[in-house]
Amino acid sequence: MNAVRKQRLILVLLLLAGVGVAVALMLFALRENINHYFSPAQMAAGEAPVGQRMRGGGLVVPGSVERDTESLKVSFRITDGAGEVTVHYEGILPDLFVEGSGVVALGTLGDDGVFAATEVLAKHDENYMPPEVQKAIDEAHPGYTKPTVQTTAQSELRSLQDGS
Amino acid sequence: MVAEAGLLALIIALCLSLLLSVFPLVGSYTGNIRLMNQARSLSWGLFAFVGFSFLCLVWAFVTDDFSVDYVARHSNSLLPVQYKVSATWGGHEGSLLMWVLILVGWMAMVAVKSDRLPPELSARVLSVMGMVTVGFLLFTLLTSNPFNRILPFPPENGADLNPLLQDFGLIVHPPMLYMGYVGFAVAFAFAIAALLGGQLDTAWARWARPWTTVAWVFLTLGISLGSWWAYYELGWGGWWFWDPVENASLMPWLVGTALMHSLAVTEKRGLFKSWTLLLAIFTFSLSLLGTFLVRSGVLTSVHAFANDPERGVFILFYLMIVVGASLTLFALRAPEVRSRISFSMASRETLLLVNNILLTASAATVLLGTLFPLLLESLDMGMISVGPPYFNFVFVPMAMLLAFALGFGVLLNWKNGSVKWLISQTRWILLVSIIGGLGFSLFYGDAFAKNFLIGEVLAMALVLWIVLTMVRDILNKTRNTRAKAGLVDALKRLKPAYYGMHLAHLGLAVTIVGVAITSGYSSQRDLRMAPGDRVTLGEYQFRFDGVSLQHGPNYTSDYGSVTVYENGRQIALLHPEKRIYAAQQMPMTEASIDPGLTRDIYVALGEPLGDDGSWALRLHIKPFVRWIWLGSLFMALGGVVAISDRRYRMKVRQKVNTLRPFGNEGVASA
Repeated sequence: MNAVRKQRLILVLLLLAGVGVAVALMLFALRENINHYFSPAQMAAGEAPVGQRMRGGGLVVPGSVERDTESLKVSFRITDGAGEVTVHYEGILPDLFVEGSGVVALGTLGDDGVFAATEVLAKHDENYMPPEVQKAIDEAHPGYTKPTVQTTAQSELRSLQDGS
Repeated sequence: MVAEAGLLALIIALCLSLLLSVFPLVGSYTGNIRLMNQARSLSWGLFAFVGFSFLCLVWAFVTDDFSVDYVARHSNSLLPVQYKVSATWGGHEGSLLMWVLILVGWMAMVAVKSDRLPPELSARVLSVMGMVTVGFLLFTLLTSNPFNRILPFPPENGADLNPLLQDFGLIVHPPMLYMGYVGFAVAFAFAIAALLGGQLDTAWARWARPWTTVAWVFLTLGISLGSWWAYYELGWGGWWFWDPVENASLMPWLVGTALMHSLAVTEKRGLFKSWTLLLAIFTFSLSLLGTFLVRSGVLTSVHAFANDPERGVFILFYLMIVVGASLTLFALRAPEVRSRISFSMASRETLLLVNNILLTASAATVLLGTLFPLLLESLDMGMISVGPPYFNFVFVPMAMLLAFALGFGVLLNWKNGSVKWLISQTRWILLVSIIGGLGFSLFYGDAFAKNFLIGEVLAMALVLWIVLTMVRDILNKTRNTRAKAGLVDALKRLKPAYYGMHLAHLGLAVTIVGVAITSGYSSQRDLRMAPGDRVTLGEYQFRFDGVSLQHGPNYTSDYGSVTVYENGRQIALLHPEKRIYAAQQMPMTEASIDPGLTRDIYVALGEPLGDDGSWALRLHIKPFVRWIWLGSLFMALGGVVAISDRRYRMKVRQKVNTLRPFGNEGVASA
């Protein structure tokens, strides 16, 4: 084997080894760290696996938010129009956590049907609807959109003028 | 009228960019020097018209022209004037216009410097950039015109800028980031021009290198500014979230870093040529992919702009054309730039190859994690998200390998080296690094028993490893001159490019210190506090002094007061805020930070709880968190020092006279 060939062989082997290790690592890590999304209806119907880390999301049911008076424990219900599930969380809720608007929670579903969240996300745009929440709502109620979602500037501004 | 003038200027710019993408290119093939020289004046014209258009938009913002739809959606008459200006790029349309402005700005820079290049090369580079501009101008005009009017009934006031964006960080973060993203268009254009010419030599690499480095410097600064902004503005105290849009900026950075190193090999040794071209194409394609991810709203992200499928489809097609065309060209032409030079196993070339493999592999893992949810969803296999654990699990080990390889790469010489020599150089350094890492854990991290973090030990060992191999290399490089002229003189004789390299590598070490210690030894508490309550976290005591109501120019604020004590002595008075912005009625957390070189104290208000004035509070102690951004400053500074090297200016001029590597001969033989 001449020097150039040998060198090229080494390059190819190095490359293959690198790619192999990377792919193996990636697939392993992906398998361990994927969070599936389940809608409140699926959770309520028992279609979501118990004890597995997952994401759940929906609209916060107005009037369902209850705070503990001593700690940061909070509980609320989320809905997609077809089913509801109770969420327990301890910590600071995001700025845009508002009753009636969309949230996504990360956590596990318990035997008692309560979703224990370790993280609650609400997006930094009041018109923003988490896509999976919108999809779940669409499937439960075709044609339904959250009333406050306004897509054009005109309607945004008109409501602003009406309001003030 | 101003808005219409801006739109007209954009349309003229589109015509100029169409001319630019055709005529100089034709001239470069027919040898028509007059057509080639058109490239320069057309680039200037483009810059003037796009610049004028951008100023028109700024004008519309400053004068509160709410009949312009974009202004009405992103501004308000109460907005302070500096934010009115920065609101210009606070939304989709305006930031796209800024993207185009920066693109033609880079073009104008290339045009200014193009007298150092052979005319064929500069004509082709500018033509390719013209084509890129055509795509983006069409995108702006067809899907995202910032000058649309709301007529006949313009609103009396605007909807205001998103409060998150009313901040110094936003004024500077997007322009920096775009300078980086778009700067890689120059490297891309150089690569395509080389492929069109069918020849690539070390002179080409020497021309392309400074442009790539400058773009990389801007991207480095842009990313770290974004990270810093997220840290103090989002109120969660995190500095990196593996958010799809953060990933979108990290991927071009990783591949761009690989490109810089690969270009070094191409310049110094005439190797890795086709690989360098491929990396240049990938870097810019990833920049475009980033744009697609942000603009189309296909991914959930804190950066989500208004979702508009039409825009997403446009960018996706554009991306496919750019990637498809350039890869096709690459497949046709790359065999012609093949090099036949050998190097030994233990040489800097090998280590730079390892660097490139690790960097591209890590970019690939980030890409996989970012796009995997999209892939599964489009195959209807359920909705998933890929969390930070995935990224930490795959990215961190590769980054560590990279840092380890760095030490060897710095010490080794080009072409020839022996493994034996390398071992003799590094065995003590390796031992000292490992002992140092363990010692760090012993002294800083509460000893082994309670708080032994293997990742932190490895990271600190690698920091020592990077620093010590650097010192060893400087000693090696000055060995001969040191004996004759003394250390100071010997150090003076080393080139700026050499110091730039070490400075950037030192920056990496500094960033690793920050990441490792912050990740391993931060403490945090979320708790309920009533006025007068005290709590201890780490070595610090916090006293919550309640909240008062304050008024800002366009918001009202719950203005909290927290006193921080260390050993009974007051060291800081912090004022975290919860603001409600008037126009959007949107709440915003303003964290309050007592910064320090070895620790930040970070306090944020959660929400009011109950009637006794108690609030949810978030308290953080973040050791060494500033080092993360300090390191990126070092890296950027290293890049600047490296391109100040005289060889990028002096030798290039000599080469132009003697070497004409991109002439018509190359084309004729193709």
